[in-house]
Amino acid sequence: MSNAKFKIILNGLINENPTFVLILGMCPTLATTSSAINGFSMGLATSFVLIGSNVAISLLKNLIPDKVRIPAYVVVIATFVSVVEMVMQAYVPALYASLGIFIPLIVVNCIVLGRAEAFASKNSVFDSALDGIGIGLGFTFALTLLGMVREFLGTGKIFSMSVFPDKYGMLIFILAPGAFIALAYLIAIVNKLRKA
Amino acid sequence: MTYILIFISAVFVNNIVLSQFLGICPFLGVSKKINTALGMSGAVVFVMTISTIFTYVIQKSILEPYHIAFLQTITYILVIAALVQLVEIILKKISPALYQALGVFLPLITTNCTILGVAIMVIQKNFNLLESVVFAVSTAIGFGLALILFSGIREQLSMAKLPKGMEGTPIALLTAGLLALAFMGFAGIVK
Repeated sequence: MSNAKFKIILNGLINENPTFVLILGMCPTLATTSSAINGFSMGLATSFVLIGSNVAISLLKNLIPDKVRIPAYVVVIATFVSVVEMVMQAYVPALYASLGIFIPLIVVNCIVLGRAEAFASKNSVFDSALDGIGIGLGFTFALTLLGMVREFLGTGKIFSMSVFPDKYGMLIFILAPGAFIALAYLIAIVNKLRKA
Repeated sequence: MTYILIFISAVFVNNIVLSQFLGICPFLGVSKKINTALGMSGAVVFVMTISTIFTYVIQKSILEPYHIAFLQTITYILVIAALVQLVEIILKKISPALYQALGVFLPLITTNCTILGVAIMVIQKNFNLLESVVFAVSTAIGFGLALILFSGIREQLSMAKLPKGMEGTPIALLTAGLLALAFMGFAGIVK
């Protein structure tokens, strides 16, 4: 793979990391990261929608009239979300139940629409797919990291493997306030590193 | 009594922003001044009530009888987007004053996941139409309450001196965390 193509992926993963740098798509980031595995699955589901919609929109970019492009994008995205929803309901019902309402809500995740508008509508199909992969990886990485931090501090486990006994865990990190606090410090650390 | 319980539960116990994590984008985005927070809250109450009624009726009269409930996500998002446009046009015509107050916030609302979230939740919770409306109004009030409280804190916070890395989003999230902690005190009032 040439250097330029590799850069597209790296851009989504680091320079324009949707969670830590662009601060987009906060709702699923906070809501589905009570454990590392939940965060990881949400990241994968969103990545699938991102790659699918980026490719579809890039293919259709010359057919979609400029004036109705946003509704058209939304329909494309909603189609992929429905696919993910039905597949998850059929094959991983437990996971589907624990992610709950946030699966259909991928539709209104600003990252997906943002990439469609900013990247896929202007670039080739292959590049758009790479961009979807990059941004998807960045999002999955951020969610998994946040999930790991919260699961570790809250229950003493990482990916359900026990590190220290349950009773020393700070329950608050599994609950709502802990999500805000953990993400606040992660972003603060990233800010500090970026400026240094 | 059911309606009062739905109200208390949606506003305080299961606050849409602070315990369900919906609508974080506008919560962080338009909470720098109390005035804009008030405008946004008003617009959300307005749109959420109307859109919930519409999506509920569509669900019960079209999607369910024809067994096409799998089209829920696509239908809802289109209905909401169209509705927001419609509300904007009608408001401009019949009440310019209200349009002035809410106008800038209306387009932002399409991407506010609370609207779609509530529309889906009322179906999942098996509410009837009246319960759905009460739920939508109280959820929107809960959103407004959290937003206005938060913007009040942020106005004060903007004068504080902070470490470089904490400026902007991190401190806002931290504040939201403390606010969520305070709202956890309501847990257990309603089941």
